[in-house]
Amino acid sequence: MTSGRSRPFTPTLPWRGRALTKVRDDGVMTGRLGIETRSTLPEHEAVYGRLPDVGKRHGRNPGALVDEVEKAGLRGRGGGWFPTHLKLRAVVNSSADRGRLARTRHPVVIANGMEGEPASSKDAVLLTHSPHLVLDGITVAARTIGATDAFIAIHRDSRLVPGLEAALAEREAAGIDPLTIRLVTPPARYVSSEESALSHWVGEGVATPVFPDRPFQVGAAGRPTLVQNVETLAHLALIARYGGAWFASTGASNAPGTTLVTVGGAVHQSGVVEVPTGTTVEEILRLCGGPAEGIRGYLTGGYGGGWVAAEGFADVAWDPESVRAGGGVIGASLLWALGESVCPIDEMSRVSAWMAGESAGQCGPCMFGLPSIAEDVRALALRQCGEDDMHRLMNRLSLVTNRGGCKHPDGTSRFVSTGLQAFASEVEAHLTGACSVASQRSTDPARHLPVPAARLALLDSSGRDFT
Amino acid sequence: MSDKKKTPPTLVLNPIMCDGRGLCHEAAPDLIDLDEWGYPLLPGHGLRAELSRAQLKAAEDATHACPVLALHIER
Repeated sequence: MTSGRSRPFTPTLPWRGRALTKVRDDGVMTGRLGIETRSTLPEHEAVYGRLPDVGKRHGRNPGALVDEVEKAGLRGRGGGWFPTHLKLRAVVNSSADRGRLARTRHPVVIANGMEGEPASSKDAVLLTHSPHLVLDGITVAARTIGATDAFIAIHRDSRLVPGLEAALAEREAAGIDPLTIRLVTPPARYVSSEESALSHWVGEGVATPVFPDRPFQVGAAGRPTLVQNVETLAHLALIARYGGAWFASTGASNAPGTTLVTVGGAVHQSGVVEVPTGTTVEEILRLCGGPAEGIRGYLTGGYGGGWVAAEGFADVAWDPESVRAGGGVIGASLLWALGESVCPIDEMSRVSAWMAGESAGQCGPCMFGLPSIAEDVRALALRQCGEDDMHRLMNRLSLVTNRGGCKHPDGTSRFVSTGLQAFASEVEAHLTGACSVASQRSTDPARHLPVPAARLALLDSSGRDFT
Repeated sequence: MSDKKKTPPTLVLNPIMCDGRGLCHEAAPDLIDLDEWGYPLLPGHGLRAELSRAQLKAAEDATHACPVLALHIER
């Protein structure tokens, strides 16, 4: 960080290949190394140089940067891995369709730093270390699509708020941004990080998902809205400086560049690492000190992601296509190792109950289906579940998918159904009243999936929780 | 919007509007089933169902029966 070079050697955020201690927002585990230290604007510019002018959008023509982003092959790091240049173009096209709504069609940029995944901390680490890289990315995106308003959204009461406020004040004083970036703090609900929910919050002050979900056309206050994960924006800021070819010079061909991975569970040093996409799971684990005990399986992507059994997964490359071929979902780039001292059904039970409570309560299959699923999984965890109950559970898992206004029920269903598959022998054992872990269950909280404090969401359908 | 492709009429459910009152099922029991919580199941169990000519009348009945305008037919 102290180097005076005008650009780093490698396509990288500043901590490539180094495991960092996990930063957690809810204070369950606080940072142990001194990573609360944030890089100031002068430090940031000493490493990366000043942000070049990326060229403004003119009418239907997006700024020159979009072609670079296409060349770079950048894909969104929030979970969907959607090609970023397509999203940029979609917003430009929809705001160019003026018609009688002309005056209200100026685009909006929202940087999504919500990081609703409880086990993930990559965005928090990024925003803690390098807020200016993300804020540069917001400016770049805003210029490119011709946005007139820009926001960065962080969970309410997040530990990140003071650091970001300081970073924004530095930029304001230096006068480097063509438009003011505003910090907004929607409620800390799982589904509030979803992009239509964020647009809904910024426009109307209610952080619930919207149906149909197309913020790039009708987003915040009905305006075309670009919602991008903060890591994606950090990469965008690097592409603006060093170009698309430079970005694409590392990583897997299906999703080039580097990516942040949150590694947790049964590893010696859980934390966040930056690796080129396509790095093997084994190598990522090695960067985090390697497995701390025998590993039975991995949770990939997040709580709406997928479980995979351990066999063979260590050789899988960490990029969207390879992870999918290996049976997982790269999602928000969570790699969480489930050790032998933990019962997978027990983990699924706690997490699915929490996911049920995180429903916005807008759609019936989610509002009623997820608690029913969570109850079934709990019965299985308690070894009080018979064959009939299992059939009912399988039926319910398929019944809640593709029927919600957002993908929350689908994700929860996938979380449970992939877990039942990956740990089929444990399910069998539970159906006969046994559990392979039982009395040797680890009491170390780091070995269990984190579940934030329960909320009373289902008792209140007024939406109060989301405002 | 510009290139009008010929797609069959499609029944679309807005799951956020839907309150699970079940009137669509009463109006068109052969087209729309209810799940165990009383919410409609369209053919194919998704939010959109392409309609055959034979299903169109039932879909219109269901659409008109919905008190919260959660169903519509895209043509």
